[in-house]
Amino acid sequence: MSWVWLVPVLPLVGALVNGLFGRHISKRWVGWIGCSSIGLALIVSLGVLLDLLARPAGQQLFIQPLFDWMLGAQVAFQVDPLSALMIIVVSGVALLIHIYSIGYMSADSDYSRFFSWLNLFTFSMLLLVLADNFLLLFVGWELVGFCSYLLIGFWFRRPAAARAAKKAFIVNRIGDWGFLIGIFLIYVTFNSFDYQTVFSQAPGALVPGGALVTAITLLLFAGAVGKSAQIPLYVWLPDAMEGPTPVSALIHAATMVTAGVYMVVRAHALYALAPVSLELVAIIGAVTALIAATIALVHNDLKRVLAYSTISQLGYMFLAAGVGAYSAAIFHLMGNAFMKALLFLAAGSVMHALSGETDMRLMGGLYPKLKTTARTFLIGALAMSGIPPLIGFFSKDLILSETFARGHPVLYFIGLLTAILTAFYLLRAAFLTFFGRSRVRKELEPQVHESPPVMLWPLRGLAALSVLGGAVWISGTNFTPLEGFLRPVFADLPLKPEAVPAALGEGSLLIISVLAALVGIAIAWYLYLTRPSAADALARTFRPVYTLLRHKYWLDELYGALFVRPGIRLARFLATVFELRLLDGLVNGVGGLIDRSGGLLRRIETGYVRQYAALFLLGALGVLAYLFLMR
Amino acid sequence: MSFPILSLIVFLPAAGALLIGLLDRGQERLIRTVALGASLSVFALAVVLFFAYDGARGGMQFVEQAPWVPQLGIGYHLGLDGISLLLLLLTGFIVPLALLAPWEAITERVKTFSIMVLLLETAVIGVFLSLDLVLFYVFWESMLIPMYFIIGIWGTPKAGPAALKFLLYTMAGSVFMLIAIIALYFLSGPLGGRSFDLITLQSLTPGWSLALQVPLFLAFTIAFAVKVPLWPFHSWLPAAYTEAPTTGTVLLAALLSKAGIYGFIRFAYPLFPQAAALFTPWLMGLALIGVIYGALVAAAQRDLKRLVAYSSISHLGLVLLGVFALSPISLSGSTLQMVNHGIIVAALFWAVAAISGRAGGARTLDDFGGLMRPMPRLAALFTVFMLAAIALPGTNGFVGEFMILLGTFTQHRVYAIIGAATVILTAIYMLWMTQRVFHEEPRSQKHFADLRPREVALLIPLVLVIFWIGIYPKPFLGRLNSSVQQIVRQSSVQVQTGYDLLRSQVYRLTRSQVNGPAPANLRPGGRPR
Repeated sequence: MSWVWLVPVLPLVGALVNGLFGRHISKRWVGWIGCSSIGLALIVSLGVLLDLLARPAGQQLFIQPLFDWMLGAQVAFQVDPLSALMIIVVSGVALLIHIYSIGYMSADSDYSRFFSWLNLFTFSMLLLVLADNFLLLFVGWELVGFCSYLLIGFWFRRPAAARAAKKAFIVNRIGDWGFLIGIFLIYVTFNSFDYQTVFSQAPGALVPGGALVTAITLLLFAGAVGKSAQIPLYVWLPDAMEGPTPVSALIHAATMVTAGVYMVVRAHALYALAPVSLELVAIIGAVTALIAATIALVHNDLKRVLAYSTISQLGYMFLAAGVGAYSAAIFHLMGNAFMKALLFLAAGSVMHALSGETDMRLMGGLYPKLKTTARTFLIGALAMSGIPPLIGFFSKDLILSETFARGHPVLYFIGLLTAILTAFYLLRAAFLTFFGRSRVRKELEPQVHESPPVMLWPLRGLAALSVLGGAVWISGTNFTPLEGFLRPVFADLPLKPEAVPAALGEGSLLIISVLAALVGIAIAWYLYLTRPSAADALARTFRPVYTLLRHKYWLDELYGALFVRPGIRLARFLATVFELRLLDGLVNGVGGLIDRSGGLLRRIETGYVRQYAALFLLGALGVLAYLFLMR
Repeated sequence: MSFPILSLIVFLPAAGALLIGLLDRGQERLIRTVALGASLSVFALAVVLFFAYDGARGGMQFVEQAPWVPQLGIGYHLGLDGISLLLLLLTGFIVPLALLAPWEAITERVKTFSIMVLLLETAVIGVFLSLDLVLFYVFWESMLIPMYFIIGIWGTPKAGPAALKFLLYTMAGSVFMLIAIIALYFLSGPLGGRSFDLITLQSLTPGWSLALQVPLFLAFTIAFAVKVPLWPFHSWLPAAYTEAPTTGTVLLAALLSKAGIYGFIRFAYPLFPQAAALFTPWLMGLALIGVIYGALVAAAQRDLKRLVAYSSISHLGLVLLGVFALSPISLSGSTLQMVNHGIIVAALFWAVAAISGRAGGARTLDDFGGLMRPMPRLAALFTVFMLAAIALPGTNGFVGEFMILLGTFTQHRVYAIIGAATVILTAIYMLWMTQRVFHEEPRSQKHFADLRPREVALLIPLVLVIFWIGIYPKPFLGRLNSSVQQIVRQSSVQVQTGYDLLRSQVYRLTRSQVNGPAPANLRPGGRPR
């Protein structure tokens, strides 16, 4: 376990080596360095997990201090079941994405730059989850933001990519503004940033439900809203697909957007004291899940649909955390990591086959040519839709039943509705891409080819994880090893909330979930395979709704009108009118005035020394008289 | 008296300047070597002092005191505490790099130029080490003259008016300080017992009435505010920064602005704590406006050098906010951030000069684009500097900015919350600049050669310091701690007292004019504690 420092340091070394020397060594070596640094980190992480499991109950917390940083905060790593699980998920998924990138990026001239940044990204996320205090968490928090900026703008010559990168960073920083102030409040209250100190003193130092703890948790949540792309700050994530597809996979699955969920779960001791904040977290999560799913219904860009799907799934995670089902949130975080990485990488494989095409209207009928890609994508889509016995079924059903059981029927129904939509838009994507009539451009048709094995094996690996991963927590039975593993982290919480008399038993909820998924799939089947013309007819019939969704509720336009353009106008006004005409004009005016009044004063300058002396004396006496009288 | 190391470090550059004065104008190589040697020796001495300074003990160390003009109470008094130590290090670090920097390097009148830079270094170090007001004032004004010539002679063709504006504006500010210094002297005691000595005065002035403290404090404040500059006294800055040669810009932004901030910390606040307490909300408000205003105006600039100049106003505003907030954390943060800002702003100006030098002097946002391809080394280095400027954790900018904001938050929450918006605003204009210069399609047909190894070697030290302070600031913060505590103790003689004094003054005035009872809230003790 004392090797845990290697987990973030190995990827950092990989990033430095490839960043400094990558241009001078062969691509083969660059790929090896990039992948092996993550692979070794994964091995160490697994070792840490085994160590942790071998420990007796009640001692599953290990802190490794490295050195003093600032204001009493140390650079120190904390290993507990939560962080151990996170480093395995992060390094595991990142490893598969790195391997995939060897194939996907093989033709890019900036191969070493890509691997260096990918490693740096993974390092930042590992640092974030291993931090033992809020300040170090914030380091990882900001670094993942910065790495996403780098990687979204990887193809920096494309203006759209450069814009999207900037947008991602700035929107994240808006959330970080709140996060930062939340950290200030924590320090002022506890005089420390350390998790142990803060969480253990919180019940005594904070009034449950009081303004202070509510403010702290809401401010921290503001950061999570930015990082995890929730309403109202989700606008950066759909644009983030301007980056290479492996980057999207990494951002959506492992190294960035899950940070907000992790943070809320990590700080559950604070959130437990702030019911208002928890309620808000749950509501924002549920509403985001629904809104993002509706947008995903009508978009034709494969990656964009997946991006909205991520926002929606993150909403589920916040819903779970908000109702107090923290373990379920982490379970879904893990499930989403597998499924979303799978979907994005499969989408990348399609793009690879079609020379970068992402418009699903120009796809269709690809199944015979891309069998592995299509099958794995379908597994991902079905898993995400909640078809048993895939992982998404278990994790999503758990969130829904917990939401219901903990007395939030409205949020439950929002979640259920979202589940139907999810099944619909994901299968719609699958059908439009792989089945039906081919709409591929004529000139591309002959070149359509399956990806090389180095890209297909990660797909198979992630598909296997999506199929088998659900076994770690089989709801409705007593086989819940993940829940048992995470339990020490939440030892401070009551094991089960006060029993709410459920109108529906767990079994019926299960059946309803499956039905929801099937309904969604059936509609997609009907609209896109059986009657392909019906979809357009629907869009025409519900034109206003369709337009609203196509324009993503005009949120980007709204922000543009409310903040961006007025901001630009204000900046221009200050820089020209205020700064140059007013302020500078004033100063120059004073200069001119002195110049002119020199003419007036010249009359006093009579040339008589005694007159000067008298004036000088008077002046000096006046000043001194004032100072002495006031003394 | 032990070895006068502080005098050595102050006058070593001046001695170098003297030596250069004796050399023939044609011996450029030798002149450059002497200048570099002198400034490097200063840096070496500064490093020695860094290790010799006892941070745990704190306070003024290596003190040198001797009568200078004893009849007038003027002394030669030098001392070094943690705050001046860090600024001394910064000066020692920047000047050799400024002399070596090849970007827009000075090629004409090298002799005069080297003399000017060295004289400036002596003056700046003198300001940071003086503990006698007359001595301080002499060094303070001595900074102006070399700077005036550097801007005027080696600047752009439009530099003349800019240099004059800089000179007149800052001198006008300093005149107030001169009057205040003289007044302080006359007030300090009976004939024969008067003094210009800071330590002596510090023990007297806090007892004075507000009516005395306020004008004196304001006089000092104006001088310092113009020098930094504090908003709205900044209108000399854009022109001076932009028209000066890059070396001059770097020296102005990295070092001279720190003299103003240092003045607040060392003189204005400890000498007049009650007046300072009275004006602190106003000063903090101005500093905060500077933070936001500088960032917004920077975002609207097209000229890269002007953009960095306005970003400097914003960053310096934040440093001042931390000084005015007067919490130990924020003051430590501000002092560290002075070093950070010096390094970052120098790096940014050099990067701009390196780019515009390759574009034949062009330097607006429309002249470049896509430079990451032809100049990967510069792009990588610039990214580090940009990150430090936007205070990404792991860089020095974060440590300073975080401490400033946190410390301010402990005292004045609203100011800190508004000030923290800088994390968004700075990102907006820095990323915009990066996008226009390094990303997107190239807009220029010119050939941009990447940095040569020599250029990289000059920027690497800056990168190392950025990460060192960002990751392991302990050696710096450890040496600051007790000095900062002392300043805070001296400067905050109970904020309440400031109000009390004012109230009693107003009360006295109202009572003497109106023969009635004073309003309840003006009566002594009438305000609930």
